[in-house]
Formats: sequence, C-alpha cells, structure tokens
Amino acid sequence: MPVLDYKNISMRYHTLDGETLAIDGFSHSFEKGEFTAIVGPSGCGKSTILSLAAGLIFPDSGQVLLNGEEVKGPSAKVGYMLQSDHLFPWLTIEKNACVGLKVRHLLNPDTLKNVRDLLESCGLADFMDKYPYQLSGGMRQRAALVRTLALDPDILLLDEPFSALDFQTRLNVSQDVHRIIREKGKTAVLVTHDITEAISMADRVIVLSKRPARVLFVHDIELTGSPMERRMSGLINRYFDMLWRELNMDE
Amino acid sequence: MNEVSKAQAEFMKKHRRRGFLVAAVRWALLIALIAVWEIGARIGWIDAFLLSSPSRMLETTLDLYRQGVLFEHIFVTVFETLAGFLLGGVIGFVIAVLLWWFDFARRVLDIYIVVLNSLPKIALGPILIVWMGAGIPAIIAMAVLISVVVTLVTVLNGFLEVSQEKIFLMRSFGATKSQIFSMVILPSGKPAILSAIKLNIGLSWVGVIVGEYLVSRAGLGYLIVYGGQVFQLDLVMASTVILCICAVAMYFMTAWLERRG
Repeated sequence: MPVLDYKNISMRYHTLDGETLAIDGFSHSFEKGEFTAIVGPSGCGKSTILSLAAGLIFPDSGQVLLNGEEVKGPSAKVGYMLQSDHLFPWLTIEKNACVGLKVRHLLNPDTLKNVRDLLESCGLADFMDKYPYQLSGGMRQRAALVRTLALDPDILLLDEPFSALDFQTRLNVSQDVHRIIREKGKTAVLVTHDITEAISMADRVIVLSKRPARVLFVHDIELTGSPMERRMSGLINRYFDMLWRELNMDE
Repeated sequence: MNEVSKAQAEFMKKHRRRGFLVAAVRWALLIALIAVWEIGARIGWIDAFLLSSPSRMLETTLDLYRQGVLFEHIFVTVFETLAGFLLGGVIGFVIAVLLWWFDFARRVLDIYIVVLNSLPKIALGPILIVWMGAGIPAIIAMAVLISVVVTLVTVLNGFLEVSQEKIFLMRSFGATKSQIFSMVILPSGKPAILSAIKLNIGLSWVGVIVGEYLVSRAGLGYLIVYGGQVFQLDLVMASTVILCICAVAMYFMTAWLERRG
C-alpha cells in the first residue's frame, strides 16, 4: 500500500478576481521509502499538492489517502518543511526542535533524547543551547529538519527547503538531508524548481504541466549515491537535458 | 584570548573615557543651567516673578513639605497615573487578544478603532466628569481612555505582524488556536507589548494631569493650575519639576523592568 496516494485530485482557488483551476486530475502514488521530486513551472500548483497531503487544504474532487485513510486534517504522520526555517528567535535550537512535539503533547525524556541525537547527527551538538540568530542559514535549515523529524513522520514534505540558501550551503545541506532521510528510511516528496537538485536527490521525478497542474511525465532516476556523487556523474546531464525539454515543451 | 593586545586596551580605554566625558558634560550642563537661572534671577537679568528661580522653587517645595501636603499631592498623582496605566494596559491588552482571536469582530470594529484613535480623547473630559463626578475616578478614567486605545492598536498590530508562514507551520503540526497564540503570537508580540507599556506610561501622565486640571482638589496637576490662577509661578515651576522627576523615575523603573524581563 502506498504511503501517500492522490486519486484524481482537482482543486480550484477562489479570489475576488475569479476562480483559478490550480490542479486538474492529479494522480500519483508515493511508495514507502521512496524519494520523489516534483518539478514544474513556478506557480503551477506544486506547493498546493503538498498542502493537500498536510491536511491544511482539501480538494474539490478526488481523494488524498495517507496510509490508506483519507486525509481529514494535519497528522503527526506527515512532516512539513518550508523554504524558510521559521525557527522561533526566542527559543534555543533544542527548544525549537521540540516545538512539534510540544504541540502534540509528545514531549517526554525519550522523545527529547531522540531530538538531541538527531541534532547531533546533523552536526548541531554544540549549538543546542544557542539561539537561531547565532547559527548560519544552513545550520538553521538543519535544525528545521530535526524539528520535522522529531515527530517521526512516515512521510516528509519538502517545499523548496534549500532555495533560500546560498549555493555552497545548499549543496551541503541537501547532502545532509538526503543522508538522514535515507538512514531513517523515510518517504519524501521534494518540491523544487531546480532540475539538477531534483535529479541529484530523488529516485523518481514527476514533471508537472503549467497551471492547472497535471502529471506530464514520471521518470525513474537510475543514479545512485549521495547528491554530490550524482552531481559528479556524467549521466546527470542526460536527465537534465530530457527534463529541460519536457518542461519547455509545455510552454 | 586572555592576552589583550595593546591596540585593544587602547580602544577600551578610549571608549571608557568617552563614556565618562559624556556623563560629566551632562551633569555640568544641568548645574550650569541652574546656576545661570539662579544668578540671572538675583541680579535681575530675568524676571523672577514670571520665571521663578531655583532657590524660590526649593523654598516653595520645602513650604509644601512643612505644611505636610507635599507627599500627599505626589501620592495622589502617582496613584492616579499607576491606576490609569495598569487599567488602560490590561483592558487594551485583553481587547487586542479578543480582536486577534475573532477575525470577524476585528473587521467590524476596525473603523471604530480608527475613529477612537484619531479623536483627541481629552475632548471627552467634560463627559467623563458628568458621568463619574468631579473626582479621582474621572481622572483615572481620563488616563485609561488615553492609554487604552494606544495599547490596543500597538499590541494588536504586533500580533498581526507575525508571519503567516509561522502560523502555517504551526497548523501543519496540528496546533490549536490557543497553542498558536501562546507559542507564537504572544512571544512574537513581546516587543510590541513592551513598547505599548512605555508609550502608556507617558500617556497616563498626560491623562492624569489633564484630568487634574479639570476637576481635582489635590495632586501635582492641581498645584500647577492653582499656582497659575493665583499667579504663584514659584508653585507652578516647583510642581512641574517634581512632576518631571516622578515621570522620569517611573520611566527608568520600566526600563529596568524591561532589561530584567
């Protein structure tokens, strides 16, 4: 059974200027342990697809199933990571990483220890008692990842989590995030507009059309290793070329 | 790290010397001002009847003390100010929380708050006197009226400035509205609350002094108005200086509380 299953989703946005069809018949199954990237033109509804899985908005037609059950609201089984870290400046890194646990009333010595271990594995052991402003952008985004992982979600939704970082930091953080997600065997969905990032991290890449979003192509990426190793491999250019053409075909 | 380089030591020394110099000149300026005022009044450069003089102000203050009414007047005014400040602050804060919570009410009341905010509240003084009688309640009500709207507007804006994405993140964790309020909105709003407190202190003084001008039988505002009516400029000046000292003392107390909190 897929962890996350979209069945023929359609979604409209209503504003005073009129209504917009954001998603038109989107279907896809996300299998356990898979890392899937979604690429598409900006404004095509990529983020909307993640918000549906997070239970923050609901489709006009179709169904979103999480572990076989329809999504009816936010679930601890789903972890959401945004472009900006949104760490709270008045809390230490450790306390920030515990925010999700606190909301769900799950903060106890065991989960706290788990958070500390996670921070350590992200290289933040010495920064637990520091405040966000004392950390670099990359470290902050790592702390945000720990905050998401603290609830031990089945599936991670990554909404362009690296796009606010400078290039070098971005490669390093995506390397770390990829490693941790693999180690924990998590299912992940990455939304990005960066084709190379998608190819270097994911097992599978979904290409969306411009709005209203439909699935244009789904590609299995036959590369292995860390994002950095994949970036070095000669094959990445072939994938890039293919995805680039497909994205532009839709113009 | 313990070894401080010569250049660093020099820099530190310069920094300290500058700080000392600023403090010294500040005091010197105050003393010079008082001295010029006093001497000018004695040798007739300035008219002591209109401008009083430091020694006459001191004498007036001591007179009030000897009559046993000095601290009574100070106490009345300080009490009214603190009561107005606390009531105005608490009421304003509670209304801000309610308006954050109930979006529809906020939209409905928004225009009324704008009107209240732009109205010079002092204009309502006579109405307050009719409603509450010419006494301390009317004066406190004046201070509350002035400070409540400013607190409400400052605190509510602080709450509304919190980024929607932070709220979105909390909702993705399944946070309830009260969790969003206590874990995000309130701590984010802390700077706005502190600035509202500081604004409020000043405004409560304004409300109380205006209130005392209008109705009172005691307090520093009363002394100022009374002194003006009987052409005792010594009393007016002395009361103004005492008022100034009280207001500054209260300001530093808030600043101290802010540093500790």
